[in-house]
Amino acid sequence: MKTYDAIVVGAGHNGLTNAAFLAKAGLNVLCVEKNDYIGGAAVSRNLHKDWIYSNCSYVCSLLRPEIFRALELHRHGLQVTPYGGSVTFMQNGDYFGSYWDSEVSYREKARFSKRDADAYIRYSTDTMRQCRFIRDFLLRTPPDPTSFKPADIRELLLLGRKFMEMGEDRMYETIRFWTMSVAEYLGEYFETDVIKTALSGSGIIGTALGVHSPGTAYVLLHHYMGDVDGNVGTWGYARGGMGGVSKSIAGAFQAYGGELRTDAGVDKIVVKNGKVKGVALTTGEEIDARVVVSNMDVKRTFLQCMDESDLDPEFYRRVRNFKSRGSSGKLNIALNGLPTFPALPKGSSLMHSDMHFIDSMERMERAYDDWKAGTWSKDPYVDMLIPTLVDPTMAPPGKHFMSCFIQYCPPQINGRRWTDAERDAFGKTVIDQIANYSPDFKSLIEHVEIRTPQDIEDQIGITEGNIFHGELTMDQLLFNRPVPGYAQYRSPVGGLYMCGSSTHPGGGVMAAPGANAAREILFDLKRHNTVPENFGDD
Amino acid sequence: MTEQYDAIVIGAGHNGLVCAALLGKAGRKVLVLEANEQVGGAAVTRRFADDYSVPACAHLLYQLQPQVKKDLGLNIALASDDMETVALSTDGQHVRYSSDRVHGVSDADAASYRDFHRRMSRFANLLQTYLNKPPPRLGTKDRKDLVTLARLGLDLRMLGRKEMREFLRLIGMNIHDEVTERFENKLLKGALSLDAVLGTHLGPRSPNTIMTYLYRLAGNGGRLAAPAGGMGAVSEALAQAARSNGVTIRTGMPVQRVIVDNGRVTGVETQNGENFASFTVVSNADPKTTILNLVGARHVETGFARRISNIRMQGNAAKLHLALDGLPVVQGLEKRDFGARLLIAPDEHYVERAFNPAKYGETSPEPVLEISIPSFRDSTLAPTGKHVLSAIVQYAPYRLKKGWDKAAREAFKETTLRKITEFMPDIDGRITAVEMLTPVDIEQEFHMGGGHWHHGEFTLDQFMFVRPVSGAAQYAMPLDGLFLCGAGTHPGGGVSGAAGRNAARALLAREKTA
Amino acid sequence: MNVIEVHQGRLESPFYPRLKALDRLDNWHTWKGYTTPDALFDAELEYFAIRNSTGVFDLTPMTKYRITGKDSLAYVDRLVTRDMQKVTAGRVAYAVWCNDQGQVIDDGTIFHLREGEYRLCSQERHLPWLMAAAIGFDVTIREETADIAALAVQGPTSYSIMRNLGLHGLENLKPFGLMHFDFQGTELMVSRTGFTGDLGYELWLSPGKALALWDALFEAGRHYDIRAMGTHALEQARIEAGYLAAYQEFLPADETVRTGRSRSPFELGLDWLVDFRKPNFNGRRALAAEKLKGSKWRLVKLDIEGNKPAHHSYIYAKPRKNKKEIGFITSASWSPVCKQNIAIGSVRMPHGVTGETVWVEVYYQREMHWSRVMAKATVVDKPFWFPARRSATPPAPY
Repeated sequence: MKTYDAIVVGAGHNGLTNAAFLAKAGLNVLCVEKNDYIGGAAVSRNLHKDWIYSNCSYVCSLLRPEIFRALELHRHGLQVTPYGGSVTFMQNGDYFGSYWDSEVSYREKARFSKRDADAYIRYSTDTMRQCRFIRDFLLRTPPDPTSFKPADIRELLLLGRKFMEMGEDRMYETIRFWTMSVAEYLGEYFETDVIKTALSGSGIIGTALGVHSPGTAYVLLHHYMGDVDGNVGTWGYARGGMGGVSKSIAGAFQAYGGELRTDAGVDKIVVKNGKVKGVALTTGEEIDARVVVSNMDVKRTFLQCMDESDLDPEFYRRVRNFKSRGSSGKLNIALNGLPTFPALPKGSSLMHSDMHFIDSMERMERAYDDWKAGTWSKDPYVDMLIPTLVDPTMAPPGKHFMSCFIQYCPPQINGRRWTDAERDAFGKTVIDQIANYSPDFKSLIEHVEIRTPQDIEDQIGITEGNIFHGELTMDQLLFNRPVPGYAQYRSPVGGLYMCGSSTHPGGGVMAAPGANAAREILFDLKRHNTVPENFGDD
Repeated sequence: MTEQYDAIVIGAGHNGLVCAALLGKAGRKVLVLEANEQVGGAAVTRRFADDYSVPACAHLLYQLQPQVKKDLGLNIALASDDMETVALSTDGQHVRYSSDRVHGVSDADAASYRDFHRRMSRFANLLQTYLNKPPPRLGTKDRKDLVTLARLGLDLRMLGRKEMREFLRLIGMNIHDEVTERFENKLLKGALSLDAVLGTHLGPRSPNTIMTYLYRLAGNGGRLAAPAGGMGAVSEALAQAARSNGVTIRTGMPVQRVIVDNGRVTGVETQNGENFASFTVVSNADPKTTILNLVGARHVETGFARRISNIRMQGNAAKLHLALDGLPVVQGLEKRDFGARLLIAPDEHYVERAFNPAKYGETSPEPVLEISIPSFRDSTLAPTGKHVLSAIVQYAPYRLKKGWDKAAREAFKETTLRKITEFMPDIDGRITAVEMLTPVDIEQEFHMGGGHWHHGEFTLDQFMFVRPVSGAAQYAMPLDGLFLCGAGTHPGGGVSGAAGRNAARALLAREKTA
Repeated sequence: MNVIEVHQGRLESPFYPRLKALDRLDNWHTWKGYTTPDALFDAELEYFAIRNSTGVFDLTPMTKYRITGKDSLAYVDRLVTRDMQKVTAGRVAYAVWCNDQGQVIDDGTIFHLREGEYRLCSQERHLPWLMAAAIGFDVTIREETADIAALAVQGPTSYSIMRNLGLHGLENLKPFGLMHFDFQGTELMVSRTGFTGDLGYELWLSPGKALALWDALFEAGRHYDIRAMGTHALEQARIEAGYLAAYQEFLPADETVRTGRSRSPFELGLDWLVDFRKPNFNGRRALAAEKLKGSKWRLVKLDIEGNKPAHHSYIYAKPRKNKKEIGFITSASWSPVCKQNIAIGSVRMPHGVTGETVWVEVYYQREMHWSRVMAKATVVDKPFWFPARRSATPPAPY
């Protein structure tokens, strides 16, 4: 029977990236996927007539350009188109918009507060400074601060040097930034509630924390540190939906000679004498490999696909305590036409932007209180987009696809599985909220896919449906991610690696965990490194 | 010609007294000016009804630093060391714990608690070393700073690989996750959650609450003490130590302003118009009050003034005092148990739910309480056979949406009494007098901005290197001759004396190098 | 609630109709949201209007703040590095203001309009900083950019035009002085200030009378060769006068992402603006420390050999061996009036002392062919253009 050099479990974007870099180095790689489609949470699904849904992740910014370039993803069909702006509809009939043109944005903020309009420059400068600090570490393996190995010490010194380079004053500001809540951070710059609210969304997306929880300023950064064509903080659409990302990476992988199998769910990762031997599929088939790389989240990998007896008890306990909390839901809607938003003037560029329907920090925080109480937010934070205004490939002519991301939505209702009625009620909550600002919206709905974290777990396999494969809190970042002592993509089992978003630098369609893991694997196998270094920006 | 002092300390709170005493001990001529008639700031015992006295703000001692006791040769008599905590249950199935022992829980929980306590104590001990040093500056080439930072790194390493990893993971975490990972008993989870959030604007789910929990442990190893003669006795002992070191303490002397002349501090002016001259003024008042009110922002630079005004310091703790004509009945408690600290925090979710309204400027409809009956040990506080009950009640946000008027105070008092009645059904008939201090009352009585007993929220973004604000963590303010020594500086609040001691040391070290 | 969408395009200043009427080139750009001409009919002639007759530039988009209240003097004195006690009512001061680290946030002019009333005029917007600086002061800060229309009237004939306009008493107005006049029932403020280093005035009034003022001004200047001008001409004159521009000679300190990219007043050659006799001002502590420790950078004016403008060039201490750059050019131009190749640059200390020879690497292209020269340059201390008429009081009539 054939023994692969490596088997990657899960054809999510990180698994595919990992597989592609391993294959590029000349390894004989198999990537197995339990579903009959690839992509994991970066998919384009045809679930209703001629509509294509980006039914999980829906926009693209974090995807590392170094990886795009190294894997030549444009040759495999990936095209990312930036989009701009956002709008927050207000209960009093007003709205707050953010525009591509900085002067227009200035005027819009000045409508609420001239001070806030000015403050935006300092806010974005200070935030960008933190982005620059972290961006250099996205394509690097986190050092182990307890280790005396030269590589770890070197990396720690680099981290220290980057920190020191900021100068004394900004070092203190950095400490504060990394420990603050997004509400407090924004409060130091802005006085207008709706402006703070509009900016705070990025601090809680995908996170089981509220805008007032310490540590959420970092989550904000996590959504700002990406770029499209060097414009840091910009987001874009993958043409044809987010499946385009996965498809192109898979294309690269196969071009390097990799082998892809769908409908091949892994039942167990097989360990023999403390070393990985291969995988056993749910069909009973066993496939051998020298290296197994799991793109699954860390809980699923070690708690469900392995025997406890094969693992170090301390490691096992830590994985069990790893926080992977579902907090986000999704509505994918097929529309028979473009809904109108009477608050917006005709021809407003804001139609193409992210739309939000919650206008105060209190409403943001209360949305979180519902989640803590074990139910979905009755007045949720919705991040809504109509990609078909930019990308004509996702719906028939004249029709539209609407993507709604919802915060907060619990993985279970009061500790038990969701019922269908509850799922419908959740969907209705979201639709009603949007319909408050768009009278014709409901009549244009042709089909709705409602996805709770439970559905995401059932279909994609992510524990609790946490979009980041684990909370982005300080105790689960950098050298603490996924668990202390195992932040360098290696597991306690020889030959078994992790490459999913549970590892540094975390979730989002970034592909960095997959690439970083590939670099470590190639190092261990004494192979030529195929993973690029970051571009650097100074 | 006014008399010239080597240093003037504004405020005879425990930190002010510690600082003054140490400066006096170093041979400095020191004057302490206290606004109230009594020394002690928030660590005082005072009358609240005929023949009834209470510790009016802080009511338990758990953080007084051994270094402070040692430096000042304090010998504080304790009526109780390692006081027990009882997490109350309405059905009488209470959970009791004192530093490293717990009763009323499963064996697994008991074992887990011992492990939890051991680890937390170890981290708290590490923390304690640094609570008793002025924070080093970052990014400087100063040898002392570099040594302290290197020591910190080394101390972390000395924990051992496993514990160091655990420390780095836990330090930013919340208490909720830690207690739910470890324990099954609801009362225990609720009680430990409450311990972590007492005096803060945080709920148990807020990241950072492990840190606040560790801080609580960093002093007396988590052992709760009740000083003989009440909290006021601690302050009296500190005042005595100061006086015996030649310090002059004048009470009833509220300071109007710090006099700044030609860019440096030259003395203070009291509200009654007296001037006292000194080129060193040390303020035990909170940083906002000191800089914005006593000094005036115009005498400092804009960035600093902005940082000071951005300090978050809005208290959430109210104080309830009851005069009782006898001990209340609590199911499952014997008489001797009333010497313990009693908690009302039935589970960790309850504590979080109590916190929720505080975020929106509302009081908790179901509050959490830390109760002590100080008269149980100290017969001077109440007539024979009668008692006083002192409780810290959360959450009562300083900035109440509707404002703290009389009605709001009454309403919260009623809410609190209703909650106590659930656990002490006969209490209503025993009450002869009630006093409720809201954070606004606490602000007024004890002169702490926002009624916040840490003089500034105790979170990592206002901790150590950046407390009270970035660039001013070494007690000397960016105005020549001005120092802070209160809870608003490193390490923070609680009757610990660490800030006062650190400030005195920083001041003396500075004089040496100058 | 009926919301009107904010204006999506460029804003028009109150003078726009007149500028548009004079425009032949259709060369416009955005300046702080306003549409502003690069040049209107001939950039070169517009420049020579400044040096030879009178050029008129629409200043309205400049950011303006009104500072009033009991503590306004104490406030501005703490805000900026120079001593504002000396700037009496009716006087104007060029000033810089710093953050606590002693790094320049911006430069600008402060008009002491009347007792207790100031106008601060700057290139960038600073309301959050100005409001933070007001903590503890009894002052009101109001942004008034759109409430004041402003024109720069610059050149040797400008005084005669002003006199022709009926503004009597201006003959005694010294540089950095200001006077109030009545113009058709509206208050017109005239200051003897400018960005050209030549004789000139700036006119400030409410936008309602902007067009009337323009018309009266051009009528008064009809025989004095008055010309409207665009940014191009002004920029050339600015470099000749050796003035600083934000985002060229320095970056506003709080808008730099990277550490070390901002500048202190000393590093911009503005030592004369820093008055340590004041007990407190923003940046004082850091600047005092810098004074002791020494600065990292020095701003230099360079007289460069040859005639190839040294845009974006590196500066070297030596032409060949040990070639290590010591700085870079921030602004460069051929000076038509001095017939000199001039530039302003930032060099590392201890370089840049007056009279020092440095080398500037100039790239230029002629018909697709790129050439590089190492041009010798001399550090000079005076502005390149500093005519006696600039400060003559009373100004010579034309």
